[in-house]
Amino acid sequence: MELIKNVPCPFCGTLCDDIICKVENNEIVGTMNACRIGHSKFMHHKDATLYKKPMIRKANGELVEVEIDEAIEKAVEILVNAKRPILYGWSSVSCEADEVGVELAEELKALIDNTATVCHGPSLLAVHDTGYPVCTLGEVKNRADVIIYWACNPMHAHPRHMSRHYFSRGYFRERGRPDRTLIVVDPRESDTAKLADIHLQVEPGKDYELLDAIRAAMKGHKILYENVAGVPRDLIYQAVELLKSAQFGNLFFGMGITQTSAKNRNIDAGICAIEELNEYGGKFTLIPMRGHYNVNGFNHVCTWTTGYPFCVDFATGYPRYNPGETGTNDLLQNKEADAMFVIGADPGAHFPQRALQRMVEIPVIAIEPHRTPTTELADIIIPPAQIGISSEGTAYRMDGVCFTMKKIIDSDLLSDKEILKRMLERVKEIHASESKMESVKEVTSPAK
Amino acid sequence: MEYIIKNGMVYDPLNNIDGEKMDICIRDGKIVESVGESAEVVDASGKIVMAGGVEPHTHIAGPKVNVGRMMRPEDSEKDVEAKSGDRRSGSGFSVPSTFMTGYRYTEMGYTTAMEAAMPPLIARHVHEELVDTPILDKGAYPLLGNNWFVMEYLKNGEVEECAAYIAWLMRATKGYAIKVVNPCGTEAWGWGGNVHGINDPAPKFGITGAEMIKGLVEANEMIGLPHSVHLHCNDLGHPGNYETTLASFDIAKNIKASPKYGERDISLYGTHVQFHSYGGTSWRDFESEAPAIADYLNKNDHIAIDVGQITLDETTTMTADGPMEFDLYTLTGFKWANCDVELETGSGVVPFIYSSKNPVHSTQWAIGMELFLLTKDPGKIMMTTDHPNAGPFTRYPRIIAWLMSSKYRNDLIENELHAWAQKRSSIATIDREYSLYDIAQVTRATAARVLGLSETKGHLGVGADADVAIYSFNPETQDASSDYMTIEAVFRMADHVFKDGEIVVKNGELVKPRIDGRTYWVNCHFNEELEKNVISDVKKKFKQYYTVNFENYEIGDGYMRRSAPIEIK
Repeated sequence: MELIKNVPCPFCGTLCDDIICKVENNEIVGTMNACRIGHSKFMHHKDATLYKKPMIRKANGELVEVEIDEAIEKAVEILVNAKRPILYGWSSVSCEADEVGVELAEELKALIDNTATVCHGPSLLAVHDTGYPVCTLGEVKNRADVIIYWACNPMHAHPRHMSRHYFSRGYFRERGRPDRTLIVVDPRESDTAKLADIHLQVEPGKDYELLDAIRAAMKGHKILYENVAGVPRDLIYQAVELLKSAQFGNLFFGMGITQTSAKNRNIDAGICAIEELNEYGGKFTLIPMRGHYNVNGFNHVCTWTTGYPFCVDFATGYPRYNPGETGTNDLLQNKEADAMFVIGADPGAHFPQRALQRMVEIPVIAIEPHRTPTTELADIIIPPAQIGISSEGTAYRMDGVCFTMKKIIDSDLLSDKEILKRMLERVKEIHASESKMESVKEVTSPAK
Repeated sequence: MEYIIKNGMVYDPLNNIDGEKMDICIRDGKIVESVGESAEVVDASGKIVMAGGVEPHTHIAGPKVNVGRMMRPEDSEKDVEAKSGDRRSGSGFSVPSTFMTGYRYTEMGYTTAMEAAMPPLIARHVHEELVDTPILDKGAYPLLGNNWFVMEYLKNGEVEECAAYIAWLMRATKGYAIKVVNPCGTEAWGWGGNVHGINDPAPKFGITGAEMIKGLVEANEMIGLPHSVHLHCNDLGHPGNYETTLASFDIAKNIKASPKYGERDISLYGTHVQFHSYGGTSWRDFESEAPAIADYLNKNDHIAIDVGQITLDETTTMTADGPMEFDLYTLTGFKWANCDVELETGSGVVPFIYSSKNPVHSTQWAIGMELFLLTKDPGKIMMTTDHPNAGPFTRYPRIIAWLMSSKYRNDLIENELHAWAQKRSSIATIDREYSLYDIAQVTRATAARVLGLSETKGHLGVGADADVAIYSFNPETQDASSDYMTIEAVFRMADHVFKDGEIVVKNGELVKPRIDGRTYWVNCHFNEELEKNVISDVKKKFKQYYTVNFENYEIGDGYMRRSAPIEIK
């Protein structure tokens, strides 16, 4: 048995890079250091179906195995003939694949968008409004004496996040946990909230009110009500005192605040609060708790190639950005989209019903290693070699620190990047021959 | 493929050629003595020929640059390009997307550009973006002025250990030069503070900016890196900061430049010095001290600077000087991005509007111009806007026109700028005009020499890389001083550009958008025995304080399409 060390884990945005994989006969037979979710990603859940060959759905609904060339050809045919294709997902693949994806979108005049559209998209909109005062996770570990988890539950969703960055000892926090104060904001008494020194049990959907009260109290205003958003006034004062006297504080926030009613306005208020807290002599930063291990990577790739982080529409030939009009859900729910390409995401499991109804109506292509709700809706399924397990690539952690994901075992399958490259080449060929035809037509058509 | 560029007026300061009519021969990507009969002829009669431009200090790739794009869709939509043939689409006025960055530098006749701030921990990101920046040769400077290892070594007087650490780090991150930003100030920003001047120690580490600069300059020369320490001084943007600037420059005065590659003769490089040449005590009595800085440059040979010229645009400021960006955010009330990087550095991004109606901004414009015009030897000064901090690099043609025409400057001073430009600086009294030779110096030759790349870059002598720019301006019949709008137009869009002997711009059109440039980095071998000890110490601290394992820190060769290591032994 071979032990492969320092493996970055291709599951969540924490990207723990200390996993040890036990490998026997080109199979991962065990892991060390990984959390339960990470472990099952490496090992595959026992009930999961892992595709071994590309498949195309026949008219009777049956999936039939085909060769890769045929699957790619068919996928390209659908995309080239579509008027309003969407290329969606991109969060569980490498940045290198994302780069090819952006070029493919440009070539197809398609819309490209990632899972941020249904998770931290509102955070990105708030960044446009108010800014992005962040730090890397090591700053939290080494300096933070106050940590806030707002509307997230790392004990379950990012299981090693707290042990790596909150309980752990840091340069200026030699004792780890005893040197830090933990504030958790959550309507539930979650397992994270149970560890808190102060739990602000906000009423569901009232985060904005609470943030507003906190900002008012920070500036010395009196809170006129005994309770705000279900939280007692005195507890808010206590939390504010703690925040204002912190040496280094960090806010981690999750989807409980990005996807509840006020959405980006919640995050606006949150970012403003953090910015204002820097005016009291201490230091404050924030880090969004990103979900997929490379959701952040796509946002970066998309930004440096197009200027915008997600919801980029190439219909006019140049990148256009207007979330609310150029989002995946907008196009699906308005029934604009007439083909959908999905990679590194599972919209079948996460999208609202109206969007799924449209996905049923239009051809769907899924680049996906496992059987998922999305592949149930797909007309073409192409399984890739998985990044971080059977192929290499770059991924960006929730704080922007990037890693080279390792190839642990060999696979007969093409990587996401290779599949995309072959598709791109094919699309270019078709476009080139089409433009040749056009010019021939122009020459041969009689002059008027 | 062979080319001959015929009958152009050649400006090549590194070879003392000042507007001579001559032919340039190109074979296999290099400038050669002569070519055969079959060589393709490019007629440059009545045109200017210069080496490809060399940008010594710009921010075009990496986390803070990308956050600048991400935070400002309003900037992106101001300037968009559609896909056209092989040319990729893009967007961004002050922070263009990577492809657009490569195209626009190339169109101006630039063929080399150095990313001036790379957080070592996030080096992968910088290199990923550089790979997507086509055509240009490039490199990146790792940030070391607030690095905990460096601070501890230098605090203990262990310069040699520090040098060994830096040698490893250059290889690990594929870095090119030592960048120092607000030494100790960014570490203080880890706690929400800053340091003031060069003698104010960093909290908890107890070392001062002056000690950091001295130690790093010594380490730089001990290793023999091609470029000198690249210094962004303390107190950026503070009225009265010129004293800090002069004191910082003086630290390197008695340290001898000893590069093991290249022809660099300076031991310190001061960057965007316009932001560091301020007098007064507040914004009320703010005034130019550029004459004092220029005087220092005129009297000392151990230093060269780039200017960081204000272009009077709405732009995006971005720097590893975290506390400065926070101050700018509190000053403007605009949105603010920040990223502190564990054990190493920090950064900030804030949009900014430089207005010709604003007294301070007008004076800042004048200060930059004074630096250019009062520094006698253009071999000590380089043209930059600290892109995008003082303005986008796409404004270089306008700066060239300002430098070449006192009429253009005076029109601006008289009709557009706030009266402070005249009152608080000496700009209105200066009638010096740059010649094309001077322009070639400040946009190519000086940068190539101080970067240690002048063997192959910044000139047109035999053996140089065939990076050549041809501009449609006839110095025999046209006068730059009066025809400054033409100067601005021809330097915006070169007539022809050769990169490594290939035509990439032809008759004012970019024809080869898909070629890759080199990535320069230094492959340092300093003291291998010492490095071993240093690394084992570094490894221990990695486990304790970083959130990345040592083994995942080094970035490997996969992040460069054309790796161009410079061997330092």
